[in-house]
Amino acid sequence: MLLALRKRADIANPLLFFVTVLALLPLGVGPEPDLLAKMAPGMIWVMALLATMLSQESLFRGDFEDGTLEQLALLPQPLYFAVLAKSLVHWIATGLPLALLSPLLALMLNLPTEGYFCLFVSLFLGTASLSLIGAIGAALTVALRRPGLLLALIVMPLYVPVLIFGTGAVQAAIDGYAYSAQLAILAALLAAAAALAPLAAAGAIRISLDN
Amino acid sequence: MQFQFSSFADFLAMDGHGIYVWISFAVTFIALAAMALYPRLARRHLQRELLNQQRIEQRRRKVKAQRTVVQENA
Amino acid sequence: MAWQWFHRLGSPRWFYQKTSGWLPWLALVSIVLLAAGTVWGLGFAPEDAKQGNSYRIIFIHVPAAFLALAGYYIMAISGAIGLIWKMKLSFAVMRAAAPIGAVLTFISLFTGAVWGKPTWGTYWVWDARITSMLILLFLYIGVMALSQAVSREQVADKASALLALVGTVNIPIIYKSVDWWFTLHQPATIRLTESSSIDPSMFYPLLIMIIGFYCLYAWTLLTHTRTLLLRREIRTQWAQQELAGEN
Repeated sequence: MLLALRKRADIANPLLFFVTVLALLPLGVGPEPDLLAKMAPGMIWVMALLATMLSQESLFRGDFEDGTLEQLALLPQPLYFAVLAKSLVHWIATGLPLALLSPLLALMLNLPTEGYFCLFVSLFLGTASLSLIGAIGAALTVALRRPGLLLALIVMPLYVPVLIFGTGAVQAAIDGYAYSAQLAILAALLAAAAALAPLAAAGAIRISLDN
Repeated sequence: MQFQFSSFADFLAMDGHGIYVWISFAVTFIALAAMALYPRLARRHLQRELLNQQRIEQRRRKVKAQRTVVQENA
Repeated sequence: MAWQWFHRLGSPRWFYQKTSGWLPWLALVSIVLLAAGTVWGLGFAPEDAKQGNSYRIIFIHVPAAFLALAGYYIMAISGAIGLIWKMKLSFAVMRAAAPIGAVLTFISLFTGAVWGKPTWGTYWVWDARITSMLILLFLYIGVMALSQAVSREQVADKASALLALVGTVNIPIIYKSVDWWFTLHQPATIRLTESSSIDPSMFYPLLIMIIGFYCLYAWTLLTHTRTLLLRREIRTQWAQQELAGEN
């Protein structure tokens, strides 16, 4: 599994995508600090979501193509843990750097300082859920030749709760309210996703391997 | 229970809300009708496909039969 | 003995022949109910005190929304049955339910938007229900797209069934989260829910429309499923006979 992390040359791509699009944003809507500050939590979250999703396509691809996935499915250990490990690696490669980078982007977008810590924590928890949920979509579409848009269509609706609570938490933090409830819900979503999503993804992998 | 509108024009206008009501009902029933009638189209399509296939098979059989006849003659 | 009907259900042929007798009745009942409900709702139900005549959209909006949701569960449950018992028929039901549900979701969204214009002055509000319905539409479309993208029918069946099931887990979460988000973002002045005490003179036509929509749903689901079965079983003799016999 660690090998997958080392092998991954495109680890920087989602990050670069994330930063580039966020840099384009002020060019699109204008550089007014107030406007940017208002949009910052939502934009950062939507971009994190897109970056996670775009990198998800290759989650099982390589393993599927060289047959590793089939061997994993044949192992005596449940596929559940393999998927869980895969998602974890994916999160370490995309979500974690995104979360670490987020204060810098928040600075660029003029986010009020009250939101920094909350943004970091919400991204930290939220992107992990996104990686797990996205694994279902990636597993369902792994046997397809060009899954890109289909994957987006499948996974986007499932991302909605995470997005809502993520931006909600940051918004509450900026407005000076308590945001621990939202973060707690994000953590609960993560726990549920960690328990259920690999199960569904493992089932999806077995289905895809039938192809 | 009685008819709520004094004239047919009133019924169409519905106090200015007519356009909304009628558009909703029209779109709904068009969509429902399309949904309900789609299987009929699909079935006809299937029938045609099946006939074509059978025709092709028949022709193939005929050609095969002719060939065997030719071979036997030779 | 008791399980015999269940095993029979697995046979597409048995299902096909069994249901052909029901179809005309279902069609008749649903058309009569829908016609009666529409005429009653449009012409004879009293005007709403607050919303005037625009409320008459409720007679199609509410039934469509009901069935859009119920249809999702029907799709997911038949998908689950298919995954568990590997039943050909239930996969066919699931595949047939997806486009029907999408159409109904579209209807409820469309009528809701048109209704919103005279009532709230805007076509679209990011309200909990509306947003959840929009996401429901995306879920339906996702299932349809996935089932179409996978080339082998059996794999497509299983994959879309799984996706439908995942969606089922998500629907309540999505609804709750959007509900919460809505109360955060907007003052809760707009209430989509009618006051629960609806007058009988409005309720009866609504009830008729709901039953009519249910019958129509059953009818369309059956016809879609039957056609799907014919397509899949086209190599078998019974399917060819059915196709040749009927017009």
